Amino acid sequence: MTMALITYKEAVRQAMQEEMRRDENVFLLGEDVGVYGGAFGVSLGMVEEFGEERVRDTPISEGVIAGAAAGAAVTGLRPIAEIMFSDFITIAMDSLVNQAAKMRYMFGGKAKVPMVLRMPGGSGTGAAAQHSQSLEAWLVHVPGLKVVMPSTPYDVKGLLKTAIRDDNPVVFIETKTVYNKKGEVPEEDYVIPFGVADVKRVGRDVTVFATGVMVHRSLEAAEILAKEGIDVEVIDPRTLVPFDKETLVKSVIKTGKLIIVHEACKRGGFGGEVAAEVMESEAFDYLDAPIKRVAGKNNPIPYCMELEKSAVPQVDDIVNAVREIV
Amino acid sequence: MTLSNETLISWYKKMLHTRFFESQVDAFFAKGMIHGTTHLSIGQEAFAIGSTAALHADDLITSTHRGHGECIGKDADLNRMMAELMGKSNGYCKGKGGSMHIADLEKGNLGANGVVGGGFAIAVGAALTQQMKKTGKVVLCFFGDGASNEGSFHEALNLAAIWKLPVVFMCTNNHYGMSMSVARSTAVANIADRAASYEMPGITVDGNDPIKVYEATLAAVERARSGVGPSIVEGITYRWLGHSKSDANRYRTKEEIEAWKERCPIKAFEKYLIKSNVISQQESDEITAGAKDVIARAVEFAQQGSYPGIETLEEDVYA
Ligand SMILES: Cc1ncc(C[n+]2csc(CCOP(=O)(O)OP(=O)(O)O)c2C)c(N)n1
Ligand SMILES: [Mg+2]
Repeated sequence: MTMALITYKEAVRQAMQEEMRRDENVFLLGEDVGVYGGAFGVSLGMVEEFGEERVRDTPISEGVIAGAAAGAAVTGLRPIAEIMFSDFITIAMDSLVNQAAKMRYMFGGKAKVPMVLRMPGGSGTGAAAQHSQSLEAWLVHVPGLKVVMPSTPYDVKGLLKTAIRDDNPVVFIETKTVYNKKGEVPEEDYVIPFGVADVKRVGRDVTVFATGVMVHRSLEAAEILAKEGIDVEVIDPRTLVPFDKETLVKSVIKTGKLIIVHEACKRGGFGGEVAAEVMESEAFDYLDAPIKRVAGKNNPIPYCMELEKSAVPQVDDIVNAVREIV
Repeated sequence: MTLSNETLISWYKKMLHTRFFESQVDAFFAKGMIHGTTHLSIGQEAFAIGSTAALHADDLITSTHRGHGECIGKDADLNRMMAELMGKSNGYCKGKGGSMHIADLEKGNLGANGVVGGGFAIAVGAALTQQMKKTGKVVLCFFGDGASNEGSFHEALNLAAIWKLPVVFMCTNNHYGMSMSVARSTAVANIADRAASYEMPGITVDGNDPIKVYEATLAAVERARSGVGPSIVEGITYRWLGHSKSDANRYRTKEEIEAWKERCPIKAFEKYLIKSNVISQQESDEITAGAKDVIARAVEFAQQGSYPGIETLEEDVYA
């Protein structure tokens, strides 16, 4: 395989471009996705290639963006809809949760809703409480939705292609603070199946389970800890629904210790679900210490830079948590 | 309508404060001295100042992500505004809100908003309070052309209309919602045309003329205050700078931007004030210099402030 070094953002764009070239039913809609290229420049250049028919600027109307995607999907198209910030999914929630997610089940398995709702999530840009949330736990809770949260260029490209080819509504949460991070990505077509976690670092002393930007912070923490002789295994689930329990359970059986790291508020966060999965599994007997969650504080994201940093886990917080547990 | 010289000069000052405040913020952003994001209203000052001038001191507003002018129109303290943008604890929101969330409840400013269309329903609720408590106060609900395509716009206007609430919906039509022109985003020519669906008056005025804006707003405010019901007042204006911080302006031409800069609301108002013998050129220059001083002092105040301590992180989540 020949590899190219590209950014996360470019990887998202390539996945959309390649799928749109492959399948004429795939199209992109959202606010300012056309000539503006999206708020983060993800779709720059796409309207020039595919035209305004298939790269559609919409008015500022999240409810109808998600709802029209569902309606188009159930009638034979494969829309990729962009919500400019994951925070605004609140406005799209009825279309997504009450309509798209349930159509197939309510109709007795007769409908397919092959849509992807892409959105950047997370804090770290100084955009304050209404532009910085990590709301994935809400979505995980809804039967009928798949929830994807890639952390690297390689993962984001392979998973977005899978999302576009999937026949279900997929919520695709992009990590905005890694949009410009580079990574190796194959030049050939490839997909990454849903429900397969990636062991981002192999280790024997402690399992760190992390999502989104926390994967990168956990890897940094692992390098610091390696110098102290602590060998950390870092697991990135990549998809929250479906969830790869097996990889995690195997790792915990090996290390006997589990730390779960996410940016979202600790209370009601996905970490609680992960901990419960482990407690219910055969890994329970192998745990040498209580499971630890390192997560966002239970407050909205503040504007002031230092405060914002202190609201979500940083590398030091992960390092300290590992030191406490080993 | 006769407006006293004093009144007109106070508007001129507020327009200058808005312009210089935002120019300073723009410069600080370029230097990395302010982080995050901000949306500047340079070129739109007349609408914010002319409209808020039609309010009583205890009337209310809801504002938007591009709300510095409306804050200033509602007599906000520029020192605390600048401090907030610098993330300082002496800012309006103790450094926790930033540009998109400046609120001044004491002066009736229920806040800027990071969510486009986030203010419609809040304004309607605030107007309901005024009606039920018979306070005689009115709410001005500011929003952009783009925001009127959110569902909440339509829900709020209908509710306000059937309950005859004392609220006026103030559309700052600057021709674009980010890159989307009104012509592309909206089926009607003017946002005010949408008033017809809710059986309320809708008027479109030159948003770069503070006197026209004032007159139209005052009529709508008086109607609301007397219990007849809500209206839309739309001002046509133009955003000179990029959508946030800066942008590549891929969606519009240099010529268009330059043409609107020629129609600078502040320059035009200065010309009017001098021609009408309200002020002389020399007085105008003095007022301008004074306004620059006010902003320089706001910067000093902000720089002297301290950042909020980490211990404040989890404060103020609940009452
Ligand atoms: C619900 C929601 N959708 C999208 C955005 C991103 N966004 C911020 S401002 C803006 C454009 C708003 O246009 P308009 O209402 O005309 O106000 P203007 O920016 O022109 O002042 C957009 C799309 C947002 N903040 N909130
Ligand atoms: Mg606008």
